[in-house]
Amino acid sequence: MSDAMTNAAAHTMRDMGEADCETVVQLDGVTRRFGSTTALEGVSLHVPRGTVFGLVGVNGAGKTTLLKHVLGLLKAQTGRVRVFGLDPVADPVGVLSKIGYLSEEKDLPDWMRVDELVHYSRAFYSSWDDRYAEELRQAFELDPARKIKQLSRGQRARTGLLVALAHRPEILVLDEPSTGLDPIVRRDILAAIIRTISEEGRTVLFSSHLLDEVDRVCDHVTMIDQGRIVLSGELDRIKGSYHCLTVRFDTPQSGPPTITGALAWQGARHEWTAVCNGRLGSLQAAVAQAGARIVDQRAPSLDEIFVAQVGRECPASEEGE
Amino acid sequence: MQIHITSNDGVPIYLQIVNQVKYLVASGRLAPGEELPPIRVLAEQLLVNPNTVARAYRELETAGVVTKRRTAGTYVSRRGSPLDRRERLRILAGRVDALLAEARQMDVPIDQVLELIRRREEAMQRGANEE
Repeated sequence: MSDAMTNAAAHTMRDMGEADCETVVQLDGVTRRFGSTTALEGVSLHVPRGTVFGLVGVNGAGKTTLLKHVLGLLKAQTGRVRVFGLDPVADPVGVLSKIGYLSEEKDLPDWMRVDELVHYSRAFYSSWDDRYAEELRQAFELDPARKIKQLSRGQRARTGLLVALAHRPEILVLDEPSTGLDPIVRRDILAAIIRTISEEGRTVLFSSHLLDEVDRVCDHVTMIDQGRIVLSGELDRIKGSYHCLTVRFDTPQSGPPTITGALAWQGARHEWTAVCNGRLGSLQAAVAQAGARIVDQRAPSLDEIFVAQVGRECPASEEGE
Repeated sequence: MQIHITSNDGVPIYLQIVNQVKYLVASGRLAPGEELPPIRVLAEQLLVNPNTVARAYRELETAGVVTKRRTAGTYVSRRGSPLDRRERLRILAGRVDALLAEARQMDVPIDQVLELIRRREEAMQRGANEE
């Protein structure tokens, strides 16, 4: 292949990269303080159309605050927020009519019946699809005459999901949708995410601390910690740039080795294991330089990358609730 | 088509699909000419991103395991892998080297490794016959 052709191919590849995709949600340098607490610090992110965009971080990292800016529920103190090119604070109707939203609290009016809520919600959206709403109601086995107050946690989440989906939104925004739910309802939510993006051009933005869910459904992942973005990119690229290496020394070591790119060592004496960030070739060279050899090498899970990058664990289970 | 996805071991999901389809084809549980589920259907079944399934199908197509028929779906190739013999042996040699290295590390003699390979082959054949 000639150089010219290689360049042309490389150029085409770049054109397919995220920079050229249409951005549906855009945050630039958003900072938000509540009193002396900084909830978001210089957060910039671009959500391309047609992707599933995952926002991960521990509780209190700033995920909900970030999503509230997207929904126009909070105004950026510094920086700029655009959804479909519109300012969600200045044009709430234009923005919210295109968003389906499900919050962690699933805050629904307790005194309404399921059918009343559906009837009430449809008035807000010109794109409401009655047939789809009924299809979802049956699939979720929701009794229309039931009071929302009387619904189980899972049925409540399904009701919220129905309202979020039935107007066929351009973007589905889910804030910790799986928190406190049983596996069957979680399945419904993941299936809803997948169905939403299977429909041409629709986008999903969701926050979660359940990294195996994020791993399954996301194209893009942004890790946020203490209001700052610590890692952001295409999931495949992120996963490709981390390696879990176990290295072995001939003589016992009193402490972990120093290798550029290694994030946190575990081990003792002869053998040490770390999630490392960088090209495998450079890491191999660095290990050899340190006088050790690699005895095991594998791709880390997203969970392991998160722990290594943030320095503490994302709570994997719902037990403390 | 029975595929199991795990998020715990770091193997990319598209690769898990590719490997398991290859295994299903090798063990005869997917027959030549058989249709694979459409991307959306498999994505919803496995609860994974449809782009991931699409990527797995593309890889399988490049590897010659499946063929895409225009507008009609994805089918298991009739003639098996189109890779030429030398290329196939080259790929296998890499896997064998890794296996031998591991066996040496674990002090398993070569005779036992060969015996194990035969036993696994028989198990795979039995799996095929159970269909």
